[in-house]
Amino acid sequence: MEDLRDTYLTRIMEAGDEAALEEVRLAAIGKKGEVSLAMRQLGKMTPEERQEAGPRLNALKDEITSAIAARKVALEDAALEARLAEEWLDVTLPGRRGGRSVSEGSVHPVSQVWEECTAIFADMGFAVAEGPQVESDWYNFDALNIPGHHPARAEMDTFYMARAEGDNRPPHVLRTHTSPVQIRAMQEHGAPLRIICPGRVYRADYDQTHTPMFHQIEGLALDKDISMANLKWVLEEFFSAYFGKSVKTRFRASHFPFTEPSAEVDIQCSFEGGTVKVGEGDGWLEVLGSGMVHPKVLEAGGIDPAQWQGFAFGMGIDRIAMLKYGIPDLRAFFDSDLRWLRHYGFSALRVPTLRAGV
Amino acid sequence: MKFTLSWLKDHLDTTATVDEIAEALTDLGLEVEEVSDPSAALRPFRIGHVKTAEKHPDADRLRVCQVETADGMQQIICGAPNARAGITVVVASPGTYVPGIDTTIQVGKIRGVESHGMMASERELELSEEHDGIIELPSGDVGQSFADWLAEHRPAAVDPVIEIAITPNRPDALGVRGIARDLAARRLGTLKPVTEHQITGSFPCPIGVSIDADTLEKAPHFTGRLIRGVKNGPSPAWLQARLKAIGLRPISTLVDITNFFTFDRNRPLHVFDAARVKGDLRVHQAQGGETLEALDERSYSFAAGQVVISDAEGVESIAGIMGGAPTGVEEDTVDVFLESAWWEPVEIAYTGRALKINSDARYRFERGVDPAYTRQGLEDATQMILDLCGGEASEVVEAGAAPDHSRAYRLNAARCSSLVGMDIPEKTQRASLEALGFVLDGDMAQVPSWRPDVQGEADLVEEVARIASLTQLAPQPMARAQAGVPKPILTETQKREQIARRTLAALGYNEAVTYSFIDQPSAALFDGGTDATRVENPISSEMSHLRPDLLPGLLQAAKRNQSRGQSDLALFEVGAVFSGGEPGEQQLQVTALLTGRTGPKDVHGSARVVDVFDVKADAEAVLAALGAPAKVQIFREGSAWWHPGRHGRICLGPKKTLGTFGEVHPKILREMGVKGPAVALTLWPEEIPAPRNSSTARPALSLSDLQAVERDFAFVLDARVEAQKVIMAAQGADKALIEDVRVFDEFIGGSLGEGRKSLAITVRIQPQDKTLTDKEIEAISQKIVSKVEGATGGSLRG
Repeated sequence: MEDLRDTYLTRIMEAGDEAALEEVRLAAIGKKGEVSLAMRQLGKMTPEERQEAGPRLNALKDEITSAIAARKVALEDAALEARLAEEWLDVTLPGRRGGRSVSEGSVHPVSQVWEECTAIFADMGFAVAEGPQVESDWYNFDALNIPGHHPARAEMDTFYMARAEGDNRPPHVLRTHTSPVQIRAMQEHGAPLRIICPGRVYRADYDQTHTPMFHQIEGLALDKDISMANLKWVLEEFFSAYFGKSVKTRFRASHFPFTEPSAEVDIQCSFEGGTVKVGEGDGWLEVLGSGMVHPKVLEAGGIDPAQWQGFAFGMGIDRIAMLKYGIPDLRAFFDSDLRWLRHYGFSALRVPTLRAGV
Repeated sequence: MKFTLSWLKDHLDTTATVDEIAEALTDLGLEVEEVSDPSAALRPFRIGHVKTAEKHPDADRLRVCQVETADGMQQIICGAPNARAGITVVVASPGTYVPGIDTTIQVGKIRGVESHGMMASERELELSEEHDGIIELPSGDVGQSFADWLAEHRPAAVDPVIEIAITPNRPDALGVRGIARDLAARRLGTLKPVTEHQITGSFPCPIGVSIDADTLEKAPHFTGRLIRGVKNGPSPAWLQARLKAIGLRPISTLVDITNFFTFDRNRPLHVFDAARVKGDLRVHQAQGGETLEALDERSYSFAAGQVVISDAEGVESIAGIMGGAPTGVEEDTVDVFLESAWWEPVEIAYTGRALKINSDARYRFERGVDPAYTRQGLEDATQMILDLCGGEASEVVEAGAAPDHSRAYRLNAARCSSLVGMDIPEKTQRASLEALGFVLDGDMAQVPSWRPDVQGEADLVEEVARIASLTQLAPQPMARAQAGVPKPILTETQKREQIARRTLAALGYNEAVTYSFIDQPSAALFDGGTDATRVENPISSEMSHLRPDLLPGLLQAAKRNQSRGQSDLALFEVGAVFSGGEPGEQQLQVTALLTGRTGPKDVHGSARVVDVFDVKADAEAVLAALGAPAKVQIFREGSAWWHPGRHGRICLGPKKTLGTFGEVHPKILREMGVKGPAVALTLWPEEIPAPRNSSTARPALSLSDLQAVERDFAFVLDARVEAQKVIMAAQGADKALIEDVRVFDEFIGGSLGEGRKSLAITVRIQPQDKTLTDKEIEAISQKIVSKVEGATGGSLRG
């Protein structure tokens, strides 16, 4: 019986594949297997012999069964190892892009900065007002204290809409600034009022630093006691939030027909090495025009200047985008060069928020 | 407006440096655009004294000079003929940049002898064209800066020129005296008094003047006089130097004097050659059609109502804008008629604009010349003519009178603090106003005649704050309009704009911002380009019309990118398009364009040509993001720029189109030079109805415990039967139980025969309250088949 055990355990260990192992199993414990046949002989034995041989044969059968199962697992493992050794991929090949996206999409800097500005000003209680891009000359000029003969009209390089023969109204204009939205908002909502008006504006000018279309953001705050000092605070808060660091402003006396007093506003910056860095150094860069809303403008908006006062300011969205993101040429904003859009654009999910920083 | 430092000092007694002056000007609102200081380049040059000058051993024309310099005795080789012992010279030591020869001086050997510097000529220092020899100075100490020596002895040579931008409200600063007055108010010096000349005429003026009664409003005041026996010719060097420094060409003494007053006192004048004036001068409105050759040698024709000055022979001058050539003064003018008049600014602005003349006179009269200085200006200019040209002045002839613009406003000292937020003592406020020429009577401030811009109390505040300097303004927090967390501020449309933008970017599109104007032919392809949207004065024919649609702009962008070798494009824009030229005739549009392939060839073979179903999926994705209803219908018959058989309108009912997707018409691509294929989508976010329910709560979610059943059907149909029809018919078989119908296969032609197709659908049946028996499912299936067959004329595929 010991021979039997040794023979089969050796054969099991030597079985090279599942078929060979099955052959051994049949030879040992299959219906006509040697161990099975031996067990069949038990009936012919004496009770004493049976008592001795029975458990031994059962134990032998169990041992062979376990050995076969163990060998089977070992063979499977070896087969898997062999397969895995074959299964090799060049994982440095590019990934498969889902869908049909040509590449990463992008949001234009003008849109991104639009959202950044509205996020910051919304926190200070400014709503977003918009208005038509084709404007009557009353909204674009007269209501803003720029009468027909005013030299500022000629200086604005205004685009005029064609007038049909026989239509003797003054021609409409492509708005030269977002300021007409102030008037419309005053007429609609009255005072107190806090709005920003972002949008496209137009001037007939084209060179290195001017495009016939660009984007402005206008701010207006009206209340009983708003002063120019509040304006300075609002702008410094805005610029500090926008540039992500403390930015000082400098006010200089100036003139705009629609504000009085008026001021040009410079932001603190350094000009080292030909690049502008905002919020450091002792240089100043002019970025916006502002002032206290002119009484005549309030009147045009249907608001009593004896009761209400406030400030207004306007700046270029494209320009502050260039400053923040180091974009050199304004003209490229509107050229739609794919390389530019990808380089200066923003990821779809980078929505500006105050809690994450704009 | 340009002026020199020395010119300013005619009016301002000051020790301030040019930098201090420039800084103050900008801060006062007279923004400095440029300061050019010739002395800056001359500062490194120092005075030296030539001790000895020996002939160079190897060159006849060169001299070896021993020169006493700031750095001690130096040997300098010099080729100038006047280089000799004993003269005082200007030395450039090694390392000095010499502007006239664009060279930095080095220590060098000239024919074997060392030279430690250079002695400069006037041309080398860009002082003049003089180059016959080196500069010999009549005085000066060794080591003294040459710039300082010039400032002392030839100030005009180093006179800094300051250029400032004048805002339209400050005509007074278009004269040097007005600028000086601002600086004096800022306490940067004191305003020097001016002599007001009074010349008694020695004979009656032979030329009379009159203003037509109907013209007095436009031309209220005219003064003049004849000065006989003058000697014209080049003006004195100091006057020429001043005019040249500010970019004016000296012409003759008489003309230069008028230019001097224009810039010195903002008092434009005109001089007629009296010999060429026939009869009296009459100020009147043109009847229309009169012509004149003006001093700019161009001929002008006048419209009725424009103010002109005529003599017996017709129009001789365009009032306040430009004189006429026939009566202009010449070198040989002997008798001159000097005019000083005041014109209504609005008139000058309109006439100047209509005639397209930009003269210094128009520029000043349309902004506002001091109406109180008309007569005195005439007297002061007469004195200058008499001083420089001699002659004899007649009595003054005068028509009309100086208009009375006198007005006063209450100075409320507290207003400065409430409006600007600066606390300035009342005493300081009054002092500032007085320094600017206001006359204070109690708390009423009388406005000076030269400040037409001051029109109310707020202007007084502006003046006070400006003089005090807005740099003193300290930020003051502005309280929130409402306490607590700010309310949301974006409108529904603004939110839709942002969601559409970011969804498309997430789908792989690049956002473009293209111009709102486009060329007429391109606009016409998209139902635009009519006169309603035409820009009267476009900067180019490429930008002549407002865009009727975003697609042409994107196609042009695609063309530019294709020409740069980028042909697989996914571009989009969100913006306004214009249906007309009236305010408000603009609509928000979202357009996206795909051209070429989905991407470059890749190892997975997944790149392919873009097609209609790409943009359809993206249009649906954006609409879903915008909250558009899920149940929409697709109609055809969109605009003509879509491929007629390959586009669809996404609609809520037949009349409400939310958007369109499809292939761009091949003709459009050809016209616009874009290489296809090109597919696009256009959406109108404002068309999506607002949600009916503003509650944030979602409807209750009902989940069935019963297993859903799916059944597949294939129908053989006419090839042009649309899937939408099949789906709607199948859905109609049992609205309660059929949850979803999906198309999963389409097969056209082949064994089915020409013009036939097979369309396979999966119908998902969701039992509601009990499991369905096979019989019930069979009944529904039968109904689906009969509904589809009935609606389409097709048959179940056997």
